Amino acid sequence: MGITSEEALVDAVKAARGPVAVQGGGTRGVPAVGDVLSVAGLNGITLYEPGALTVVAQAGTPVADIEAALAKENQRLAFEPMDHRSLLGTTGEPTIGGVMAANVSGPRRISVGAARDFLLGVRFVDGRGAVIKNGGRVMKNVTGYDLVKLMAGSYGTLGVLSEVSLKVLPRPETQATLVLHGLNDAHGIAALSQALCSPFEVTGAAHSPTDQKTMLRIEGFETSVAYRLGRLRDLLATTGAEMDVHTAKASEDMWHKTRDVAAFQNQEGDIWRVSCKPSDGPALAAGSGAQEWFYDWAGGLIWLRAAPGHDLRSGLGLFDGHATLVRADVQTKARLGMFHPETAGVARLTAGLRAQFDPKGIFNAGLMEQAA
Amino acid sequence: MEMPVPNPAIIARKARVVERLQGVLPTDAVIFDEHETRAYECDALTAYKCPPMVAVLPSTTQEVSDVLRICFEEGVPVVPRGSGTSLAGGALPTADSVILGVARMNDVIETDYENRIIRVQTGRTNLSVTGAVEENGFFYAPDPSSQLACAIAGNIAMNSGGAHCLKYGVTTNNLMGVKMVLMDGEIVDVGGGHLDAGGLDLLGLICGSEGQLGVVTEATLRILHKPEGARPVLIGFDDNEVAGACVSDIIKAGVLPVAIEFMDRPCIEATEAFAKAGYPMCEALLIVEVEGSDAEIDHQLALISEIAQRHNPVELRQSKSAEESAKIWLGRKSAFGAMGQINDYMCLDGTIPVSSLPYVLKRIGEMSDHYGLKVGNVFHAGDGNMHPLILFDANKPGDLELCEEFGAEVLKLCVEVGGCLTGEHGVGIEKRDLMHVQYAADDLNAQMGVKDVFDPAWLLNPAKVFPLDASESRRTIKLAAE
Repeated sequence: MGITSEEALVDAVKAARGPVAVQGGGTRGVPAVGDVLSVAGLNGITLYEPGALTVVAQAGTPVADIEAALAKENQRLAFEPMDHRSLLGTTGEPTIGGVMAANVSGPRRISVGAARDFLLGVRFVDGRGAVIKNGGRVMKNVTGYDLVKLMAGSYGTLGVLSEVSLKVLPRPETQATLVLHGLNDAHGIAALSQALCSPFEVTGAAHSPTDQKTMLRIEGFETSVAYRLGRLRDLLATTGAEMDVHTAKASEDMWHKTRDVAAFQNQEGDIWRVSCKPSDGPALAAGSGAQEWFYDWAGGLIWLRAAPGHDLRSGLGLFDGHATLVRADVQTKARLGMFHPETAGVARLTAGLRAQFDPKGIFNAGLMEQAA
Repeated sequence: MEMPVPNPAIIARKARVVERLQGVLPTDAVIFDEHETRAYECDALTAYKCPPMVAVLPSTTQEVSDVLRICFEEGVPVVPRGSGTSLAGGALPTADSVILGVARMNDVIETDYENRIIRVQTGRTNLSVTGAVEENGFFYAPDPSSQLACAIAGNIAMNSGGAHCLKYGVTTNNLMGVKMVLMDGEIVDVGGGHLDAGGLDLLGLICGSEGQLGVVTEATLRILHKPEGARPVLIGFDDNEVAGACVSDIIKAGVLPVAIEFMDRPCIEATEAFAKAGYPMCEALLIVEVEGSDAEIDHQLALISEIAQRHNPVELRQSKSAEESAKIWLGRKSAFGAMGQINDYMCLDGTIPVSSLPYVLKRIGEMSDHYGLKVGNVFHAGDGNMHPLILFDANKPGDLELCEEFGAEVLKLCVEVGGCLTGEHGVGIEKRDLMHVQYAADDLNAQMGVKDVFDPAWLLNPAKVFPLDASESRRTIKLAAE
C-alpha cells in the first residue's frame, strides 16, 4: 500500500474493513491473515544522541541501518536481535518495529535484558485509528501505565507501531569466549549456572549437545576480558572439561551463529523455542520428543528441532515456562498455535486488552488467540 | 490536590463491611477504630492526610482474595499499601476506602541460586530481599533510597528505580513473575522462574500501574552475584554545562559506570554544612562509580579521570579504599537530610534528556528567583532522572501552594525538553493533574482502557494517576449504578 507517513497509516487502519496482516519486513514467520499492512515505508532515524544513549526511529527503519548508525559511534543494540531469515527462509529487510513487536532478543538477554527492556517509547495506531504515544526517549520514566512494554511482544495484535525510541549501549572494546568440551546436558547447564553465579559478568552462556560444547562469553576492555576469562577457567576447573578460548572475531562469529540458530538452518523439521527455568532445561528437552536441541540463556532458552507436525507441548507437559512454534508449515501453525496456551485468568485479561485496543479484531487476527 | 468526595452510601455500610472482613481475617487484622485508622492516613507525601474507613492486614494471598471479593461485592474502593513510603501519595486513602496493607506478608518463599531467582511475599522490604541472599554473595539490584523501609509491593506498583539503574535497570527489568489478585478476588499468576513471560507482556503492564490493576502478593525477582568491588571518583566543575559535557563524553567513551550522580552548588553547600564530606565548593559535582576487580576499577577510573581532565575540573579525587569511597558518597547520601535541615522541602522527580541538563538547570534557577524559593538539584546524571529539592516553610500560609506551583512548572519544563513528569516516584496524586501536559486525551484513554479490563468498576486506587476530570465518567459508573 506504500504507507510512508503516520497519517497514511491512520487512514489505512480506518479504511480497513476486514483482517489486516501487520508487517515490518515480514521476515519473522508470522502467518499473514488478510491484506498486508506494511510499515516498511515508515523509514528513517529521527533522532540519535550518542551521549544520552538514545535513538528514535520510524518503525519501518531497517535494523541494519540502525546498527550501522550506532556502529559509527561505537554503540550497539545490546539485546542482540536475531535475524530470522536464514532459519525461516524468509526474504525482506528486518525492521526495528518488527524486532520490537516480536520482542526479539539474542544471547545477551541474560545479562542486559530483552528487547522490551531497551524500548523507551512508542507511537502506534490502535484499531480505532487513534495515534497513541507512551513512554518517551528517557531511560527512567514511570509516568502512567507502561504501554511500551505491552506493545513489545504483542506481534501487532494491539496496534501498529509507527515510531520507537530505544536505549542503546556502548560497544565494548573486545570479547572472547571460553569453550568447555565434552560435557553432557546436565553438566553443561550446571557449568553455565556456576559461571553466572560468579561476579565475572558473563554476556553469553550456551550449550550445544550435538558437539558437546559449552560456551561462555565475556566482553569489555581487553585487560578485563583476559582477567575474567582466567578467573572463569579457575572456577570451572572442577568440571574436568577441556577448555579453549576463542577471541575477537572468532568469538563474535560463534555468537552470531547461536543468535541466528545456524545449527538448524539447513535441517528438516519444525523449530520450537522453549523458555524455561535453566535447571529444568535438560529434563524438558529430553522428554520433549524433539530430534535435536541446543541451549542458550544458560539453559533458560532451548531451541528444538522436531518432526514436522509433532506437538512438542504435549511432550513437555506442565512446566514453568512456555513453548513457541517458530518454524512449521501454515497448517501446523494453525493447528498447534504459535504461542503457548494461557491459563484462564491470563487468557481473559489478554482477550480484554485486545478488545480494548483493537475492537474490530482486525490486527493479525487469531495470531495470539487461544487455540481452542 | 483535590480528592473525590467520599461516597456517603459506602460509609453508611461501614459496620457491615467490617463484619464481613472480620469473617475472613483474624480479629487483629481488621482496623476500624477511628484512632487506629489514623496510622494509615498518609504515606511519605505528608502534606495530604485522610484516614481510611477501614485498614486490613492480610497474611496470605487467599486472605487478600477474600478481602478484595468482599470489597468488590460491597462496592468499596481499595487502596493497596506497601510500606507507605510513596512520595507521590500513591497510598493516600479516601474516607470511604479500605486500605489493604501487605506488611504482614514478608516471607521468602523460595531462594534458587542455580536459577538466580528469589520468590518473596511482597510485603518484604527491598533491602531485606538482598539481606536474604547476601551471605551467598548475591543481591537484588533495584535500590530506591527508601530501600530500608519500602516494600517490594510498592516497588512493583511504582516501578521503583535507584542510583544504580544505569547498569542494572529498574524494577521492571528485574521482575520475572507475580501472583496477583484482581479486584473481584480472582488469583492470577503471570511469568515465573523463566525469562520473558509468554503472551502479552502483562508483567510489564502490571509493573508501574500504581496498584490500580491488582494486588501483587508474591514476586519472583532476579538476583545477581555481587561485583568484586566498586569505587567512585569525585569530579568538581566550575560550570554545569561542562559537567554535562563530561558525563556525555564518559558515556560515549564506552565506560558504563553503575552510577553517575550530579549535585549543584546549593546542594553542595547544604551537604557540606551538614555532613562535612570535604566536597569542593564549585558549581557542579559528579560522583562516578565503577565496578569490578581492583585492577579493573583502576583502569576504568583512570579512563574516566583522563576524560574529566580534558574538561578542566577544579577537583578530581579517585577513591583508593573503602573509607575514601564512603567519604565521597557521604555527602550525596545525606543530601536530602541536609536540605531538610534548612527547611521543609518538596522532592521532584522529572526526567530529561541528558543533553538538556544545562538549559534545564538555568531555567530552574530563574524560576527559583521568580518564586523566591530556594532549590537544590540532585540528579542521576547517567539516566537523566532529576531530583530538584524545593525548599519551603510548611508553617507559612501559602508557601506549600507556591512550592507546588513552582514544582509543576519544573515538571512542565521536563516534558517540554523531551523528558517526563516522573522517573521513579510515580504519579500518585502528586502529578495526577499534570498528566495532561505529557499525554493527549487519546493517550490517557488508552491507559484507562487497560484499567477497564483489569478493574471494570474502578475500585482499586481509583483517584490516582489519571486527572480526575479524565477519569470521572469511569469512576462514577459504579455510583450511578447504585
